[in-house]
Amino acid sequence: MARLKFLCDADRCIECNACVTACKNEHEVPWGINRRRVVTINDGLPGERSVSMACMHCTDAPCASVCPVDCFYTTDDAVVLHNKDTCIGCGYCSYACPFGAPQYPQTANFGTRGKMDKCTYCSGGPEPDMSEVEYIKYGSNRLAEGKLPLCAEMCSTKSLLAGDGDIIAEIYRERVVTRGYGSGAWGWRTAYGETVTV
Amino acid sequence: MLVKRRNGDTASTGRLSQMAAAVSARPLDRRSFLRASGLTVGGLAALGTLGAGMTRRVEAAEGFTDMSQPIEIRTNICTHCSVGCTVKAEVQNGVWVGQEPAYKSPINRGTHCAKGASVRELVHGDRRIKYPMKKVGGEWQRISWDQALTEISEKMTEIRGRSGADSVYLLGSAKFSNEGAYLFRKFAAFWGTNNVDHQARICHSTTVAGVANTWGYGAMTNSYNDIRNSKTIIFMGSNAAEAHPVSLQHILEGKETQRANVMVFDPRFTRTAAHATEYVRFRPGTDIAVIYGMLWHIFENGWEDREYIASRVWGMDQIREETRAYPPEVVERITGIDGETLRRTAEKFAKERPSTFIWCMGGTQHTVGTANVRMYNNLLLATGNVGGEGNGANIFRGHCNVQGATDFGLDVGNLPCYYGLGAGAWKHWSRVWEVPYEYFVSRFDAVPAKGGRDARTPEQNMEVAGITSTRWFDAVTIDAEDIDQVDNIKAMLVFGHGGNTVPRMQDAQRGMDALDLLVVADPHPTTFAALHSRTDNTYLLPICTQFECSGSRTASNRSVQWGEKVVDPIFESDNDYAVIYGLAQRLGFADEMFKNYEMVQGKFGMEPTPESVLREINRGGWSTGYTGQSPERLKAHMANQEHFDLITLRALPDAPEEIRGDFYGLPWPCWGTPELRHPGTHILYNTNLPPMEGGGAFRPRFGLDRDGETLLAEGSWPAGSEIEDGYPQFTYGVLQELGWDADLTPQELATIRRIGNNDPEAMAAVSWSLDLSGGIQRVALMHGCVPFGNGKARAVAWNLPDPIPVHREPIYSPRTDLVAEYPTREDGRQQRMPNIGLTLQTANLENRVAEQFPIILTSGRLVEYEGGGEETRSNPWLAELQQDMFVEINPADASSRGIVDGGWVWVTGPEGGSRARVKALVTERVGQGVAFMPFHFAGWFQGEDQRGNYPEGTDPIVLGESVNVITTYGYDPVTGMHEGKVTLCQIAAA
Repeated sequence: MARLKFLCDADRCIECNACVTACKNEHEVPWGINRRRVVTINDGLPGERSVSMACMHCTDAPCASVCPVDCFYTTDDAVVLHNKDTCIGCGYCSYACPFGAPQYPQTANFGTRGKMDKCTYCSGGPEPDMSEVEYIKYGSNRLAEGKLPLCAEMCSTKSLLAGDGDIIAEIYRERVVTRGYGSGAWGWRTAYGETVTV
Repeated sequence: MLVKRRNGDTASTGRLSQMAAAVSARPLDRRSFLRASGLTVGGLAALGTLGAGMTRRVEAAEGFTDMSQPIEIRTNICTHCSVGCTVKAEVQNGVWVGQEPAYKSPINRGTHCAKGASVRELVHGDRRIKYPMKKVGGEWQRISWDQALTEISEKMTEIRGRSGADSVYLLGSAKFSNEGAYLFRKFAAFWGTNNVDHQARICHSTTVAGVANTWGYGAMTNSYNDIRNSKTIIFMGSNAAEAHPVSLQHILEGKETQRANVMVFDPRFTRTAAHATEYVRFRPGTDIAVIYGMLWHIFENGWEDREYIASRVWGMDQIREETRAYPPEVVERITGIDGETLRRTAEKFAKERPSTFIWCMGGTQHTVGTANVRMYNNLLLATGNVGGEGNGANIFRGHCNVQGATDFGLDVGNLPCYYGLGAGAWKHWSRVWEVPYEYFVSRFDAVPAKGGRDARTPEQNMEVAGITSTRWFDAVTIDAEDIDQVDNIKAMLVFGHGGNTVPRMQDAQRGMDALDLLVVADPHPTTFAALHSRTDNTYLLPICTQFECSGSRTASNRSVQWGEKVVDPIFESDNDYAVIYGLAQRLGFADEMFKNYEMVQGKFGMEPTPESVLREINRGGWSTGYTGQSPERLKAHMANQEHFDLITLRALPDAPEEIRGDFYGLPWPCWGTPELRHPGTHILYNTNLPPMEGGGAFRPRFGLDRDGETLLAEGSWPAGSEIEDGYPQFTYGVLQELGWDADLTPQELATIRRIGNNDPEAMAAVSWSLDLSGGIQRVALMHGCVPFGNGKARAVAWNLPDPIPVHREPIYSPRTDLVAEYPTREDGRQQRMPNIGLTLQTANLENRVAEQFPIILTSGRLVEYEGGGEETRSNPWLAELQQDMFVEINPADASSRGIVDGGWVWVTGPEGGSRARVKALVTERVGQGVAFMPFHFAGWFQGEDQRGNYPEGTDPIVLGESVNVITTYGYDPVTGMHEGKVTLCQIAAA
């Protein structure tokens, strides 16, 4: 069985934000909710690097470990999803997540939070695949359509890769060999506990 | 339940996610700076949606795709930059429901940038102009199309009677399709003015002038894809990572596979620089000295390509001579770059070939823009880096069809396809349009003698270049005695053009107020609708985007791509073709102008099919090789994109017969008739291929000899040429001399005879560019020859100011010590207007302007927005990413002024007490003494929020101060390009 993963090749990411707007476009995510965002370090300085960050769908997901209502589940493809009917919007997962993935809409006055929202790896939620109710709660289900997450599919420089971990690791390995210098696979080790060996 | 799709509710960022953003994004970057900058997210979100109600509505999901229903796929081209990314749209019940990656396109291979990945929103268009409007007593009023077009045309006619045809300015757009651009130019010809222009004026007009005057054509020589072959790449004044993000796919992959040197020369450490192997900072406006500094090392060490120069370049010795004036210490004094850096970069560029030189508006938007461009060319020519794979002048154009709009003469000095404005050009197009030449003469003004200048007959007036778009407002307000036409500009018809993209917006505002008629035809209201305080005679026409009509567009690499209509025009908007026809109809020349087209019923009336317009272009565009790109061939390319090679762009042997061997999009020149099946020209001036296979040579368009030296190539010719040396352009006479006239078919000969009026002498003069049969081109190609000839490139352009370019200080220079030594050019008159650059520079010196305004201000693009930005700032998916106008300021300059990161500052400029209230982004991205502002913002004017000036519901989500409030006077003497990249300012905490 494939294990679906994300890999952001920081040598290629130019912070164009295609991944961000592709996600908005695909799921019609409202203003203020960013399932994916691009983070830049050393902005404006030599060594400036950008990485596109969303839920990394961790192997042993910290969000799931801390969730008091146990709303998270991992699919057969290793995608970490959650059930919004169960979620109570407590926010624990956002503290646990090393990538800042969980997002909360403000639903009322006094700063109360709504149901957590995050990247679904374009694979919806527990509702029936490609149903309207699934779309309203979680966005579209590209995996069920046989497609990969749109953010990676539309990445301008093919920096953001999505797919079977073995295949994208192989693509990345080939790149590193071609370049002749080290590894820029941000977050890979944190999420999957592995290194990309060259 | 979270309703996560877009609806009427406001979802502002929760505190936790803000916190998470702040944590994960340290140290500060451009976006976290903005996120952390206060309550703007919530505040703007409230503006961005219908209201911040507490209750939540659940509606049917508008973006939901019902998989049980049929989905149609339509392909079009992204309407933002010039890379030419294919957009694949899923349409259900006439609604654009999804955007999928267009993997088959050899240009973008499925990918997009932030703008391309959000184009579907353009046809949701919450903030589009929904119906025609006019201002009545200061209030916007809804009117019908018929009323709008009738009133506009009546007023145009009235103004024409009073002030002449030249008093109506026709400002076109790089967003037009090729067919729209061509129709707009034709419309200007029928109206009787050369006051017709578009965005190329302000992005690459100096490139077109500089490059065309060097080697023939004003266009990118290679392609984005071909940069994969480069071993050394220089970006100078180009931030492709933000302005052309998808091009970086080719560049970064090329960099990896070739282990290429990527060197970025820029005053600002751009996102492109972050991916370079070398970054070189220099003082804005000193490009010429930088290039001389590199050439100094090249000539000093003998790294130049002597064989190439001897056979293909004229005048390089004079450049070599001038280089002596720029030894390393002088160049360092001017530019700030040390000699060792120049030596290292020059050596790589000269030795690690193929090398390509990429420039954009950092190079072009200067008073010395044309000279800058010619120096870039000279660096390429000296090192033998033009006309082959992986090298060349890779000029990244700015808009989706700025190349095509330039090609079709939305230019004050040209008829379509660079024929110029001479009588020969007018007669050529008269033949193509099947309208008597005398008709056009009758439409132009006779200009009386005034201001010490001679009078002009209509025939003479139609050969005089019009007023550039950078000066339109001066032409409104200047003393009528000083303007070289009948009267001032009285009416502006603005199609698809922002009003905040040229300097001196205070003057632009005065100009807008003074007009008798202002018409804005655009999907969005633009600054032209909001900056002024007009109360009447102001019209808004809702034009649809190119996703709502069909037509072809030309990418930067000259590939022509056919876009098919995705959905019908939304609201009451309509396409350019219909609106131009509607105006022509009411002005009384539609029957003549549109007689060659297939007319069909459009949304509100008749309109021409773009296919039939393109076929007319094919019948007339010989000079640029726009003749082979029939609609059928272009559509076949779009339908078979997967058959084109990623690097060579050539259709592979297993491709369907109708495209086999073609280059993708038939990049011009695509010689001859469509039936000739010329494959297009992937790389210009490439002698490695026969011309019939896409090869070529430099174009001898400047005479045959100069100073006793030949201007024809010596010992260099395209592969397979029957003439193994240089040769002039082909005419019927040349064919006769060679005995090749026998190869013409009787029909071709009959056409040549008709054009030459059966007069043997006139027939002999009929050239490859005037022969409407294409016979001369066909015969030349058959013999392995380039129709336009085989000449040398010119390192020295004797017909331009500064034939040998020299460094000249900007008008607003911080280096007062250098101004006397390197002054700007003397005052003069260009494009019907005075140019008083030197007077101003001298006054600035006397008034000690550089002391009061010590910081250099430069400008540029952000990835999220484009151009004037109305369209992109109205798109919530983009607007959310960049919510504030800002100024980048170096930490040293900030701390000495008590400016903190994220704080409000006033940026003040040296002209007219101009000022702008923006946020400070304190960063080492800019050097000390330099500040940077993006140019996409408008809607605030000198501290005043103008949101109320937009018609209700059409105000962009994000507004901000325009950098061009601060920027100042300065115009390139060749093209009227403004100085957008160097001025002076002061910055203080607000």
